[in-house]
Amino acid sequence: MPLMASSRHEVGTRSYPFLIYVLTPVLALGLQSLLSLHFTFFDVIDLPLLVTIYYGITKREPMSATVVGAAIGIAQDALTHHALGIFGIAKSVVGYIAASLGVRVDTENHGTRLMLTFAFTLVQTAVLFLLQRHMLGQPVAWHWVHELIKAAVNALVGVVLFALLDQTRRRE
Amino acid sequence: MESFFSRNRNALVLITVLLAQVVGLATQVRSPGTSPSDKGGVRLIRAWVVGLVSPPERVLHSGGLGVRGVWTNYLDLIHVRQQNKNLQAELDALRLEEAGLAEDARQGQRLQALLGFREKYIYKTVAAQVIGTSGTEQSHVLFIDKGLKDGITADMAVITPDGIVGKTRDVFEHTSQVLEISDETSGAGVIMVNTRIQGVLHGNSWGQPQIVNLSPDDRIKAGEPVVTSGGDSIYPRGLAVGTVEKVVPDPEGTLVNVLLKPAANLEKLEEVLVITNAGDQMPAGMQQDLSDAQQRASEILAERLPSRADPNAPPVVAGQTGTGQVSGSAQTPPKLDNALPTPPPKPPLPIHPDRYSSTSVAPADEMVPGTAAGSAAAPAGAGTPQPTPPAEKKKPAPPPTGTEPKAVPKKPAAPVSEPQQAPPEQTAPQAPKPKPTEPQLPAPQQTPPTTTPPATTPQGRS
Repeated sequence: MPLMASSRHEVGTRSYPFLIYVLTPVLALGLQSLLSLHFTFFDVIDLPLLVTIYYGITKREPMSATVVGAAIGIAQDALTHHALGIFGIAKSVVGYIAASLGVRVDTENHGTRLMLTFAFTLVQTAVLFLLQRHMLGQPVAWHWVHELIKAAVNALVGVVLFALLDQTRRRE
Repeated sequence: MESFFSRNRNALVLITVLLAQVVGLATQVRSPGTSPSDKGGVRLIRAWVVGLVSPPERVLHSGGLGVRGVWTNYLDLIHVRQQNKNLQAELDALRLEEAGLAEDARQGQRLQALLGFREKYIYKTVAAQVIGTSGTEQSHVLFIDKGLKDGITADMAVITPDGIVGKTRDVFEHTSQVLEISDETSGAGVIMVNTRIQGVLHGNSWGQPQIVNLSPDDRIKAGEPVVTSGGDSIYPRGLAVGTVEKVVPDPEGTLVNVLLKPAANLEKLEEVLVITNAGDQMPAGMQQDLSDAQQRASEILAERLPSRADPNAPPVVAGQTGTGQVSGSAQTPPKLDNALPTPPPKPPLPIHPDRYSSTSVAPADEMVPGTAAGSAAAPAGAGTPQPTPPAEKKKPAPPPTGTEPKAVPKKPAAPVSEPQQAPPEQTAPQAPKPKPTEPQLPAPQQTPPTTTPPATTPQGRS
């Protein structure tokens, strides 16, 4: 499986219509909120996280990916009753790492995307755990199996979602 | 220096963004005792995001409801007729049950008035659609499609007919955030119905409501219902919360936590009610319901009792269609009233009427407090010559028989104080329909215990 980028085409950035940049995070937040209401199991899927990862690995600009991750995370925080910044910090970190890795890794490959999404979901969980447990002093439920299943589900959904988002890519 | 910034630009941006958010977090996090309300900037961000996300949610939700409505209202109507029949039968049964509960409610009101207890009654609710959630496992909040414009403010109780859901937290123009009882930061005062143990309800880390920090008690069993205690000044008293699922030891001490199965299905909420107005006085509609309950139940009972069509039933005396009180005695010549096609069931007349018989005692509202039934009957009956037979009026004192005073039925004495205790009750003066002679004597417990009759009154149906 080719993990490392081997051609200029693979490391080149992609461009998308501006509307996609705006609509995708909003749609992800809205769907996440709506679908969790009707399907309880949808809680384990984190659509805003998937959008952050996709933006990072395709845009490949750590700076913008950090800012976009923070913005999406803060928006996600705003829908909860927690303090703003918990998801913001976690998604900033994820966006930064995703964009940094996107330069070095072939992110066109579905297998790579699967593994990256799995890993980034665990990274976000770890950051959230650290923030809530050790910085805010809140009790956090932690179950390894649950977190691994959650990461696996997000990775599978991410592969499908990324393929759909690829269709919106601007042809060059 | 310039090369350092240009080389580490990305990392510096990351650090800056993280630092800014950490500082923001630090300013938002307060000590547990302070108010959970947000400051202006944070509230503004929440309002923007909710304003951005909720309109599409509202559209999608209403679209889904429309499709479902077409199916349920026009296509899926099988068995509706049979269901209607079943519901009608259930309604009859509930009316009978309601009569008993109404009596308990009256009694409870009287006792609460005596104790100076102030209960909260629900005056007004606003129905709302649930349009979204937080979308995360860590935060158990809902979004409803009603907000400030609909009269909703923070800290209002949100319920369903099954039980409580939570309370409003952040309220925006057309949307409100509801903190569910399953969230860790929620709280509600609750009481267990059987054991009367009170406690505070919180959600645990896994999103299950639990009563925390209780002393171990063997009486707490699975399945025991739990209701709100009304002590938190948010949820009115007596609303269903859930049932006890199991008792688990508190990890931080010798106390126990009681896990509950919530009465409301918190995972499948579609419509909720927000209690926007609650007060200390029972609403007029509820008072009227209580008043009507016994009357309706009597009618149902009268229809079902076999004595209704019993040819051996005692004849109805003409002119006795008011409250059902048999004013005449056994000496009155029976006269069949053919004008009444369906006479209500009447109790048998006493074989040996005396001053303790219901037929010989003046109406309760004419009796004087503090006087014996026998002595009060004479002056009270003087104003109303019809109910009391002349032979009874002439008896100024109780009969000197030694056996009777032990079995004194004191029921008529109770209503003397009854109109003062419960003035809103409107059933007594109305009584427009013929009813069984069972008088409405809701407070027999107010008579002194020494005079409580061990035997039944002569009004009992045969």
